[in-house]
Amino acid sequence: MDSRSKLIDLAAFLDRVQRAGQEGDFRVQALKNAIALLSQDQPQRAKDVLLSFSDPSTAPVEKAAMQGAIGAYKK
Amino acid sequence: MNYIEPHGHMVSRTTDDYERMAIAGCQAICEPAFWAGYDRASAEGFYDYFRQITEYEPKRAAKFGIQHYTWLCINPKEAEDLALADDVIALIPQFIDKPGVLGIGEIGLNKNSRNELKIFEQHVQVAQDYDALVLIHTPHLEDKLKGTRLIVEALKNFPKIKPERVIIDHVEEHTIDHVLDHGFWAGITLYPESKCTPNRAIDMLEQRHAEQIWMNSACDWGISDPLAVPKTMQAMRQRGWTTEMIQRVAWDNPRKFMGQSEKFKL
Repeated sequence: MDSRSKLIDLAAFLDRVQRAGQEGDFRVQALKNAIALLSQDQPQRAKDVLLSFSDPSTAPVEKAAMQGAIGAYKK
Repeated sequence: MNYIEPHGHMVSRTTDDYERMAIAGCQAICEPAFWAGYDRASAEGFYDYFRQITEYEPKRAAKFGIQHYTWLCINPKEAEDLALADDVIALIPQFIDKPGVLGIGEIGLNKNSRNELKIFEQHVQVAQDYDALVLIHTPHLEDKLKGTRLIVEALKNFPKIKPERVIIDHVEEHTIDHVLDHGFWAGITLYPESKCTPNRAIDMLEQRHAEQIWMNSACDWGISDPLAVPKTMQAMRQRGWTTEMIQRVAWDNPRKFMGQSEKFKL
């Protein structure tokens, strides 16, 4: 029931975003890419979803441009 | 069942929370130095904060029969200012020998910048110089993977720092293996939205057989739950965990890690 509720809530969120014309937001795109990972066969969906949101670069940045995090890496 | 809260920012919580934690079985709380929600204006602000968490919070906790332990540092969010960071790190020796100070933390990275990494390494040097335990914060959300890798790599530059005396906190499914496979302890944080739920935490604990892992609430000034640990203990029962298994994570593991400091008396 808990997962069903969360899934419907996610679906409703995407509906809301689309009605608001915000589908192009990189965070929405990242969410949709992550959702596609749920259909895979191996039991590492949670890990793969987190990896899909993550900054893949390895070198430190020159300076912190902001203090907060957003939730998805902007390419 | 008694438990230990290994990571709680009680300076931002009310006495109601202490009371509820005591009723739920909390015997000890460990409070790392952290970001206040805003950038402090000077090192003097940190001096007062260190006094608060090493002197006043232990007294407040004691009124509820809870032992209180502390960690010291300048947090990663304020580490971009190198001059401020240098001044704050210079304060640490004045406090590190106080009863209840377990070590250096919660150091780490925030946006994975060069300055943050420099200050992280300065803290690790202090920990090495004082043979102190180390508690590390890994970045939030999309920055966590990169930050965890940078942290583990940086620690290799300190051969006298033993991995079993370092806990890398706020691990999630994509970072926990990297932390544990390098011999460090891992902390799973039960925090709404930005970190783990009880069921995810239990999944990870089962996958890694609860070895060298603790769980914490990291309750702070944000929307967070100081009872996240006992609530997860209840979720464990509902998933069929035995009393011994629950005790291992909620009591034995934090006691084992922090017992490496002679100041931890539980």
